[in-house]
Amino acid sequence: MSVSEKFDHQPAANRLRSAFLSQEVVLLVILIAGVLILSTRTSVFLTVDNILNQGRLMTEVALVALPMTFIIVTGGIDLSVGSIFGLSAIVLGYSWQNLGLPLEIAIIIALVVGAICGLINGLFIVRVGVPPLIMTLATLALYRGLAEGISQARSARGFPEWFYVLGQGNFLGVPTQLWVFVIAAIIFGIVLARTTFGRTLYAMGNNELGARFSGLPVDRVKLIIYTLSGLLSAIAGYIFVSRVSTTRSDMGSGLELEVIAAVVLGGTSIFGGSGSIAGTVIGVVLIQLLKNGLSLAGAKNDATIVVIGVVLIFSILVNNFIQHRRGTAD
Amino acid sequence: MTAVTTEYPSKAKSSSLWKSLRSILASQEAILAITLLALVVLVGAANPRFLAERNMSDVLQGNAYIAVAAIGMSMVIVSGNIDISIGSAIGVLATMCGLIATETELPVIFSWLLPLLGGALIGAINGFFVAYLRIPSIVVTLGMLSILKGGLIVYRGGETIYNLPPDFGLAQLRPLGIPSPVWFMIVLTVLAALWMRYSATGRSIYAVGGNKEAAMLSGINIRSVIMKVFIINGVFAGISAVLYATQFTSIQAVVPPGLELSIITASVVGGVSILGGTGTVIGSTLAAVLLRAIGSSMVFINVSPYWLRAVQGVLILITVLADILRRRQLRRH
Repeated sequence: MSVSEKFDHQPAANRLRSAFLSQEVVLLVILIAGVLILSTRTSVFLTVDNILNQGRLMTEVALVALPMTFIIVTGGIDLSVGSIFGLSAIVLGYSWQNLGLPLEIAIIIALVVGAICGLINGLFIVRVGVPPLIMTLATLALYRGLAEGISQARSARGFPEWFYVLGQGNFLGVPTQLWVFVIAAIIFGIVLARTTFGRTLYAMGNNELGARFSGLPVDRVKLIIYTLSGLLSAIAGYIFVSRVSTTRSDMGSGLELEVIAAVVLGGTSIFGGSGSIAGTVIGVVLIQLLKNGLSLAGAKNDATIVVIGVVLIFSILVNNFIQHRRGTAD
Repeated sequence: MTAVTTEYPSKAKSSSLWKSLRSILASQEAILAITLLALVVLVGAANPRFLAERNMSDVLQGNAYIAVAAIGMSMVIVSGNIDISIGSAIGVLATMCGLIATETELPVIFSWLLPLLGGALIGAINGFFVAYLRIPSIVVTLGMLSILKGGLIVYRGGETIYNLPPDFGLAQLRPLGIPSPVWFMIVLTVLAALWMRYSATGRSIYAVGGNKEAAMLSGINIRSVIMKVFIINGVFAGISAVLYATQFTSIQAVVPPGLELSIITASVVGGVSILGGTGTVIGSTLAAVLLRAIGSSMVFINVSPYWLRAVQGVLILITVLADILRRRQLRRH
């Protein structure tokens, strides 16, 4: 598929670092400008309450965007994240309400199911050689189908009080799930920028065959990142259920769009080989800001997905343009 | 990208039994036809009401609009691309079809033809971004999906269109006693299959999907082929939307959920290789009918229809696996 087209312009690897550093700076400037504009237009925006609440709302997308950055850096993609999100939410509710398991066990089962879903993606991609786009498109249907089949349009509700702490509670005055995200983002950021594992991801994205011949454990790394993607989608699903107090089989549909848009907006090249967690975090925040701004300006919720679509295409155009310029400047 | 379309197993050293077995295996259309037949016989034996004329007609007709859209999708996939905005495009074009019929003074024929133009326009935009700006089709159409889907909800708020004119129901006509969607499905499939097999442009789609570099070196204008493929895909989406819009007495102005997946499933299960370069639209049409037959069977053998999507996912996986294993077989010879 065209995602893996490798004969397009690929800028030199050593130039990339400065390339996405500048992309982050540009994004940061846009972000600050956005905050300033919004805060002058409505008094609600720049309140601590609103900002913390936005942090709460963006956590699910943000968490899934972390492993998605890893995957896109390697030149892969995972379209099944929204379905894994929904499936693990349903599994959580089903094992607790219908199987009568303790809620703690149900949560663990949901997370394990998410990780297994990701692992299955990884196994087929690595062992059979199915392109990631196709594999995760198939499991996008399969996992959502399992969620629909298991739930039979029933939903679980009435969880005990402690269950809502993660999704609705605060810790040290900050939404609980935001702590989870901050810790996860720091870990993912360090791993990508400062470890052999992270360097391997870039190497795979720039030249997979080369990485393989250099003795890098390409297959194992792929298994790990797709499993991580499943696991974090499940964690995000759990947080979402805790936040909205119920489960439904259509939860998380369209999540992949928002996640991929955030990652690409954050400067990660869709062709692989470049990107950073800092960029992704700014991308996620920017999109949340956009949604918040639109809703404060009175736009309907659905208008935001139009804007996200435009942002997605536009940011790739800009990205391509920058890379082309750098490519020809050398 | 792998390019194996031009590799054929060597004639020597394979027993005739194995050879004939493989040639049957190699024809996805045959497998689908046999599966379809077996399904009808088995489910018909379990519950004879499945074979009632009304149900059989529904099996043939119910997915006709998906089969029509899958024709265009198959061309897109053969060319090595994908279009996941097609479900949203059909939703938008179906709404367009209904609005032209109810809110303008134009003759009803315009409500059937203008969505085709609209589809071509959407396809041209997708194609332009993919062919000329070199953005991967998955990303372009993901963006297009959200623009169309969100735009439709914002514009119409999910409102249903009523008061359609009496002569509006194109999909309710039955020329020669056969529902018109079935006519559309069969005629368009045959025409598209012939075009893809025998026209220069049709062949060049396979060339572009099979091996881009070789196609370029043999003088094919890749950009223009990809552009054409997306425009044609848009037109088929338009026809599909008109069939979808005119089948009932009202049109719900929402994007049918999961429609793009059903269409892609039909193409992939129909044998269009997602790796690009192979597949026919006859396969995708058979697959669309098979999917409907499976959905219908589930009702007759008391399986909850909520499992349908999971079955779709499994079918895609099996087909993709078979495709990859078959390619390995071919390469080994």
